[in-house]
Formats: sequence, structure tokens, C-alpha cells
Amino acid sequence: MIVQPQAMDFADSLSLQSGASIRDYRLAYETYGTLNADRSNAVLICHALNASHHVAGVYEGQDRSEGWWDSMIGPGKPVDTDRFFVIGINNLGSCFGSTGPMHDHPETGRVYGAHFPVVTVEDWVNAQARLLDRLGVTQLAAVMGGSLGGMQALSWTLQYPERVRHAVVIASAPNLNAENIAFNEVARRAIVTDPDFHDGFFYEHDVIPRRGLRIARMIGHITYLSDDVMNEKFGRQLREGLELKYSTQDIEFQIESYLRHQGDKFSEYFDANTYLLITRALDYFDPARRHDGNLAKALAVATARFLLVSFTTDWRFSPKRSREIVKALLDNDHEVSYAEIDAPHGHDAFLLEDARYLAVVRSYFDRIAKELAP
Amino acid sequence: MSDRTTLQSIARLVPRGSRVLDLGCGEGALLDLLQREHGCSGYGVEIADANVLACVKRGVNVIQLNLDEGLSMFDDDSFDVVLQIDTLQHLRNAEVMLRETARVGKLGIVAFPNFAHWPNRLSVLRGRMPVTKRLPYQWYDTPNIRVGTFKDFEVLATRNRLSILDAFGLQDGRERRFLPNLTASTAVFKFERA
Repeated sequence: MIVQPQAMDFADSLSLQSGASIRDYRLAYETYGTLNADRSNAVLICHALNASHHVAGVYEGQDRSEGWWDSMIGPGKPVDTDRFFVIGINNLGSCFGSTGPMHDHPETGRVYGAHFPVVTVEDWVNAQARLLDRLGVTQLAAVMGGSLGGMQALSWTLQYPERVRHAVVIASAPNLNAENIAFNEVARRAIVTDPDFHDGFFYEHDVIPRRGLRIARMIGHITYLSDDVMNEKFGRQLREGLELKYSTQDIEFQIESYLRHQGDKFSEYFDANTYLLITRALDYFDPARRHDGNLAKALAVATARFLLVSFTTDWRFSPKRSREIVKALLDNDHEVSYAEIDAPHGHDAFLLEDARYLAVVRSYFDRIAKELAP
Repeated sequence: MSDRTTLQSIARLVPRGSRVLDLGCGEGALLDLLQREHGCSGYGVEIADANVLACVKRGVNVIQLNLDEGLSMFDDDSFDVVLQIDTLQHLRNAEVMLRETARVGKLGIVAFPNFAHWPNRLSVLRGRMPVTKRLPYQWYDTPNIRVGTFKDFEVLATRNRLSILDAFGLQDGRERRFLPNLTASTAVFKFERA
């Protein structure tokens, strides 16, 4: 499937949860498949931390340009673009074409930098809803996402219950626990304390806080894998030969080499301010907060049917957290199915091809397709 | 246990329009029937991946959980009916789960293979563990780790202060109310907390 990125500009001001607002912004997006005559087959895919609107397919003439969820979405795939009209949107504040901290503030003409407003999951959902309005999509057959994307899917069912028929929430959580916020904070401190960060205005100094970004990515990466997978992949393998070098600073073990490589790659394409913004959005998400911490009360307004999926070795967004969402849905008598996939790959599993996982999602979308007018 | 007449006789015990929790729901056939023909709603609980997938295919709500870890996800009296159809005999904590069934449901319905069915007795008299259509396993590979009889369940129910509202045997899709402990390969109980 050859796909093309598109962009939509919004002049009108969008009010944000913080009380701030943003205007004259752009959202990058992609669509696959065709919206049917009664506009009932639209599926919105929400992305997580470092992904984008490029969900599936490839760009013409670009090798290895598959979208980040290409195993899940496309012609004949579990979310079948021959039947569904699928939309991917790059979130506000991200760094893949939507307006973000690297762009100019429309009033000052100066780069946003650290002055880019703090955006939340709820703000993203509002921005996505505006884009859908302009595409003529009033109701989604389904909204789907993994991790932070799952939070957006969940939030859709609370902010716009009448606009969502199904929500597919994968490897997600009703909020971050302290340990999870702690990991985010370590990553943020790595970035903010990099001398090249310049309080978020590094663009003007023509530098990039690469060291901070690398370390942020390294710690993130550790938490996305499971102990077992790391041991299986790297174990205690040395990078070179069999002899120890007795050096404190050289790369000695394979895992070090792998993490440094991941960090280097990431620092080439990801924006430091975006990393801060998106991890903050993760930290802030907590729909139960306005309901005295009672998640069941928070989910009472939802009318969508839900599919939740978690992975047994995912300790960053553990099955326990998904079960909390399931319980809150049960307490409300909402329609929900829940699959706990016994996969070894930790949090990363939601992006990988596990036959049981893909089969459950495929079957769920087959049911959704049957509800559509022929 | 999934033949239609058997499902029908169990479905008859479920009041119309009930909110149902089906523990060990298999491929979701009973829930499907209850939803389509008895106006019920609810959820199945399953541990096996293949069964979870079958339920999703059918459009039956299913929650993947290990029942041996308990029912902490479900509040007291949160369901009109809790079903345990051919589930009890697979559970390590069968007694705890029976109490949990009574806690979560206003009504409990349990069905399990009756070990005192006469062909089984005959087999044991001959000195061999029974291998029948209903209990098709050898003693060394059976998944039925709790082997009990119709009468045994009555004792267990009393011990756990459950009052039995209805009890009968099922044989070849027919209810057996005369000497069920002898004449039926399946025992069925409907109960509530006393």
C-alpha cells in the first residue's frame, strides 16, 4: 500500500486543558481506504510516544518506510483498509509535521521552544475531533491505540461518547503509577540538564541536546522490553571477543552497544521539547481524578463497546492496569472483552506480530465490519 | 456439555433478562444462546486463548482471567446469575470458587460430571477408573482434578451455607429427577446464599 502524508491547517483557537490556547496550527495526517456512503466505517488510530500519523503503508520510492503499525493495518490486515477508512493523526506538539515546539509562535514570530503550551491527552482528542469534523467523520466505527495511544482511545469514549462505537485499548493504563512517572522524570532530567538544551531554546543556538535525548531513549527502551527478552537477546554477551577489557567507559557488553545505538538513532530524529511534552501528557492522564479517583464513575459516560488487550510480560503497562479499566467498565455494565496475551516481549509486544494477538484484533474488527451497512 | 438440549436445560434455569457471568464459558455457546433467546446480557470468563478468540468471533463479551486467582474483579451481588458449567472440576480452589460464585451472583448454577453415575460405579467395582463419553480421559491425563458426585455437592453446598433451589441430573440431554446420583452423568444445581 503506497500512502501519502497530508496536512490540515486550523486557524481557530483551540482551548487547552491548562487554560492556555493555541491557534494557527497544523496537523499532519494520513488516511487509508475509502469512507463509505453513510460515513460509518471510519477508524482512528492514535499514536504513542515516538510514533506519528504514518501508521501503515509505505511512501513511494522509499525503502523500509513502513508505517509503525503496518503489521496491524492495511489491505487484508486485522484492521482491513479494504473495509475501513483508517485515519492516523500526528498529535499537536509532536515532531513529525504537526505544529510543535520547533515551529514559530504565530504572535511573536519566535520559535515556540519551551513556550509551546503543555498539551494533554484530552487536548489531543479535541484536536483530532476537529480534524475528523473536516473530513466529514461524525462518528467513528472504532478508535484504537496502544500505550499512550490507548489512553487517547479511552479518552475519546469519555469526551465524545456519541462519536465512538468501539474502542480498542491495547497495553494501556487508566493513569501512570509513581514508578512510571519516575521513569519519565529521569528521561526529562536527562534532556533538561543537557548543556545543549538551553532551556528549551536550543534551536536558536543551532544545537541539539543529543546527550539528553540518548539517555532518555535508553531508559525508555529498557522499560519497553522484558527481562527475559533482554537476557535472550543479549544475555552477558561481550561486544568484542571473549576477553574482558577492564574498562569503565568502553562498551563492554552487547546490551550497552544496543542501547547506545538506539539512543543515537533516536537523537537524530526526535525533538527534545516534544519528548518533554509527550511524557508530561502521559503523566497527567488520569480520567478518574475529576471523580475522586473513582475510575468506574469516570467511565460511566462511555457508551462504546470495548476491547482491551494486555501482555503478560509488559511491566511498564502491566495487565493489572488493564484489568483496572476492565473492572471499571464491568462496574458500569459496559460491553467489554479482554484478552491477556502471554507474550515474552514486554511493552513492545503491542507493536509486534504475535499470532494470538493479531487474531483477537482481527476477529473483533470482523464483528465491527458486520455491523456496517452492506 | 455443549450439545443443544443440554444447553437448553441449563438456560431454562436462568431467569429472562438476567445479567449473567459465565465462569469458564468455553467458546461462549451458552452465553450466545442466553443473549439471543433469553434476553440476557453479561460476560464470559476464560483462560484458554482459543476460547477467548472463539468468544470474540461470536460477539460474546469475554474476560481472560485465571479463575484460580479468584474473582476479585467482581463485586458482591453484581450479577443476577453466575454460571459454572463444567468448570468446577478443573479448579484447584473449587470450594473457594463456589463461595465466590455465591458472593458475586444472586443465583448460582453449577454443572459438573457426576462420578456416581452407575457406569462409573460399575467400572470402579471392576477395579478400573471409568472412561466414558462424559469422562473420556484416562486417570493419568484427566483435566478433571476434582471428581465428585451429586451427593458430594449437596454436602459441600450445606457446608458453605448455600440453599439449593433446584437440583437434577442430566443424561442424554434429558433431566433426571429420580435417583439422579445413580442415573445421570451430569449433576446440575441451582442455589443461593442461605
